[in-house]
Amino acid sequence: MMAPEPVISCKSVWKLFGPNADHYFSTLRGAPSFQSIREAGYIAAVRDVTLDIPRGEMLVIMGLSGSGKSTLVRCLSRLIDITGGEVHVDGQDIGALKEKELIELRRSKMGMVFQSFGLLPHRTVLENVAFPLEMRGQDRHTRRARALEVIELVGLAGREDYFPRELSGGQQQRVGIARSLAIEPDIWFLDEPFSALDPLIRREMQDEFLRLQGLLGKTIVFITHDFDEALRLADRIAIMKDGAVEQCDRPDRIVMNPATEYVAKFTHEIDKARVVRASALMQPVNGTALTGEAIGSHQTIHDLARLVINDPREAFPVAGKDGALLGVLRRQEAIDVLLGDHA
Amino acid sequence: MSTAAINLPPMGGGLTRTRVARILLIIGLVLIISKTMLPGGLIRPPEWLVWPFADWINAAFRFMRDDLGLIHVTRAFADGVEWLLDVTANLLYGKSRWPNIGPIPWTVIAASAAVIGYALNGWRLALLSGGTFCWIAIMGQWTWSMETLSVIVVAAPFSILMGLLTGIAAWRSALFEKLLNPILNVAQSMPHFAYMIPVVVFIGVGPKAGAVVTIIFSVPPMIRMTLLGLKKVSDEVIESGKMCGATRLQLLWSVRIPTARTDILVGVNQVIMQCLAMVVLASFIGMPGLGQKLLQLLQALKIGRSVEIGITIVLLAVMLDRCSKAWAMRQPQHFAKGTPWFVRHRLALIWAALTLALLGLAQVFPLLDQISRRQALSAAAPLDAMVDWFIVIVDPVTTWLRWFLIVWVLIPLRDAFLFAPFSAVLVLIAAAAWAIGGLRSAAICVAFFAFIAMSGWWDRAMITVYTVTVSVAIATAIGFPLGIWGSRKESRAQRVLLACDTLQTFPSFIYLIPVVMLFGVNDVAVVGAVVLFAAVPLIRYTIEGLRGVPHEMVEAAEMSGATYGQTMRKVRLPLALPTIMVGVNQSVMFSLFMVIIAAFIGTQDLGQEMQRALSSSDVGKGLVLGTAVAFMGLLVDHLVQTWGAKRRALLGL
Repeated sequence: MMAPEPVISCKSVWKLFGPNADHYFSTLRGAPSFQSIREAGYIAAVRDVTLDIPRGEMLVIMGLSGSGKSTLVRCLSRLIDITGGEVHVDGQDIGALKEKELIELRRSKMGMVFQSFGLLPHRTVLENVAFPLEMRGQDRHTRRARALEVIELVGLAGREDYFPRELSGGQQQRVGIARSLAIEPDIWFLDEPFSALDPLIRREMQDEFLRLQGLLGKTIVFITHDFDEALRLADRIAIMKDGAVEQCDRPDRIVMNPATEYVAKFTHEIDKARVVRASALMQPVNGTALTGEAIGSHQTIHDLARLVINDPREAFPVAGKDGALLGVLRRQEAIDVLLGDHA
Repeated sequence: MSTAAINLPPMGGGLTRTRVARILLIIGLVLIISKTMLPGGLIRPPEWLVWPFADWINAAFRFMRDDLGLIHVTRAFADGVEWLLDVTANLLYGKSRWPNIGPIPWTVIAASAAVIGYALNGWRLALLSGGTFCWIAIMGQWTWSMETLSVIVVAAPFSILMGLLTGIAAWRSALFEKLLNPILNVAQSMPHFAYMIPVVVFIGVGPKAGAVVTIIFSVPPMIRMTLLGLKKVSDEVIESGKMCGATRLQLLWSVRIPTARTDILVGVNQVIMQCLAMVVLASFIGMPGLGQKLLQLLQALKIGRSVEIGITIVLLAVMLDRCSKAWAMRQPQHFAKGTPWFVRHRLALIWAALTLALLGLAQVFPLLDQISRRQALSAAAPLDAMVDWFIVIVDPVTTWLRWFLIVWVLIPLRDAFLFAPFSAVLVLIAAAAWAIGGLRSAAICVAFFAFIAMSGWWDRAMITVYTVTVSVAIATAIGFPLGIWGSRKESRAQRVLLACDTLQTFPSFIYLIPVVMLFGVNDVAVVGAVVLFAAVPLIRYTIEGLRGVPHEMVEAAEMSGATYGQTMRKVRLPLALPTIMVGVNQSVMFSLFMVIIAAFIGTQDLGQEMQRALSSSDVGKGLVLGTAVAFMGLLVDHLVQTWGAKRRALLGL
């Protein structure tokens, strides 16, 4: 299911903060720990991260504050120059780009949404959304037409002439989203876009975001510290701690098979039934006798709870979207997920 | 008094630091007591210690002026400024220069001011700005006021542009900022007169010199605010600009500067207020206008007329301050969809209509065009009568006060300050600085005062120190209780703060009017003016400090059963003290400025020497004196800042 050529590819990316960090980095050998680097007076914000992001994937980078997730996304967009390693975007090493080429890349391919919106206070909604187009030097008329189109898309039609401070937080973030989409980027970075919003609005914005993604199908790097949000949105989740990626995998696999103690602690409180889909739990048919109606492979165990408890069958056939038989879901295993481990 | 309330943990190495300070204190006291036995070199700076700074500076200036030919550059610049001044002078009060279309009728200017006021902040500001110009015209002060305003109109844009560009340069280059910072520190604590002397040397006297000195004097705050504003722009806004594909230049002009708009406009506000303060004082170098008139009237003791001029200056100050502040604080607002153009541009249309109508009316009714001195009203006669009547009533009090202050306070204290051997003063300063900031502070502070000793103006400097000390002490005695009183109720606090704000916009010169009126021309009047001027920041910061105490702490104290007095003494004052000390700091700075300005009503301190340097165009002497005054201010500033930072850290504020 992976595209052959990843859109973004990082190879052992490092970012150290501290005096003369480049020189210090060149003296490092092997795999120094976060602690040992810290004792030397440096902060390892990103530590040996290797990731490939295929086209059209939504990768959620998740971690507590200070885990380096925001720094990592800034390394991917080269808002920050990395200390070591390489970042390739569409096959180009962005570390080697000249300032002009980098600006060109951002003007044509990248969009970014910020936690506190990063709107320009002296510009109207329309002017904010048209800002990247203005930077590209497009004429006023095209700018306006395109900006109105995106404003409509994010559901802010009629508010073009408002100033950011006249809008609610959710609306301001819609402006931020519209602005990041104005140039029709291939790659969309979202740095904790909904963290500054209150829970009800956050939920609404997540739905809105899923709708947009369904419409546009972009390659997305999404940052959050909220595990529920990550589970809701992600194709894959990368969990970061002390600058390093602890585990990068599909949400259900992370929940079912946490790679490290740290990841396990995160997943501990999660209601697994809401995350795990039939496809993750099913086993090969191997000649099991199957009867009755098949269940959809993309349904979560939580969706299936009533069926699993009321239906007397010991095993359910699992079918893909096209109706083809994919595997078998054992009732006992589904119940274990629902009720927690028997231990 | 405050340390009693909070048990401070002993500071690192605190014991040795206090011990050093104590030893220094004892040495200082011994030096004073044993003065008669000391060698002369310890009593007053010996000759070998007095370096001819003034001659060096003069030589350097002569070199720059004559050998480098800098004078041609400055003269050319000044001529450019003069041309602009002439244009505004023609427009505002009809001086016969190009473009020869002025003067604009006063009604048009008043109406324009009112429309601008309305656009910025509604009816009240419209009334204030329109009313100010009506008052000026009706009181027959049009020409003087416009002379003053025309300088501001020319000088402020220059300062703003220069400040903006320098600020941007300082923001871009950390090295430049590092170099600039100490220069700005000294520049902002130099008294006004120190700026005038070099300008007189390079440009001469008269309106263009006044304008140039105004430009130079008002640049520093603009640099500071530009730098501050640019630094404050949040990282996310800049990152969002970068991700939108902005180049460096686009980032600066379309993202950074507009986002820093409020801070930059606060800088503009400060520039305008500094311009006004300077242009009034520039009368000393032949700048015509309100300042010159006020100076003449004060020297002739024509109180009624000076009060009239004073009111004009105050009105102008308040108007300019409120308008530029309103501009800074103004937030953009959108029009509802489908608003027709004449509604969007309603104010511009009203302004155009008013201007046309008034231009027409002024042709028919000359009074709407210009009001000559003879047609003008004057409140001087009744004002003089009232003042005379008032003075007769208070005279016994003021006479007694004058006598008491001079005989029992001022003269003994002055003698005490002059009695102290200079070595003792240096040691005592070292003791205080050591107690507050250790060796580094002591070195800095002694260096500041050593310069004063080496400048050769020790006695004069001590008189300045004495005037400032006495004035700040009296100002504290008045301002501190007033501040506590003011902070008791929120509504009262706001009213007092507004009053302080307004008083702070007045050019310092204004404060001389009431004291000259009450005490005549002598030492007491000087101290009085300084006290008035210095009490304002004290009141203000006392209130702000007390208001800034976290509510939970006050509530915790109240729930512990503390009375109002106990809460005040044990919780609020100690916590507010760092902020109050900022007020003391400002109060010292203001006093220094005021003491120097007050020199022309008769003092024997540095200010008087400064005036002499001004009248003989002695750059070296002027700059040495100015630097001496600046160093006094910087010494206090250093001590208060160091102490405040430590205190805040200790209190976790």
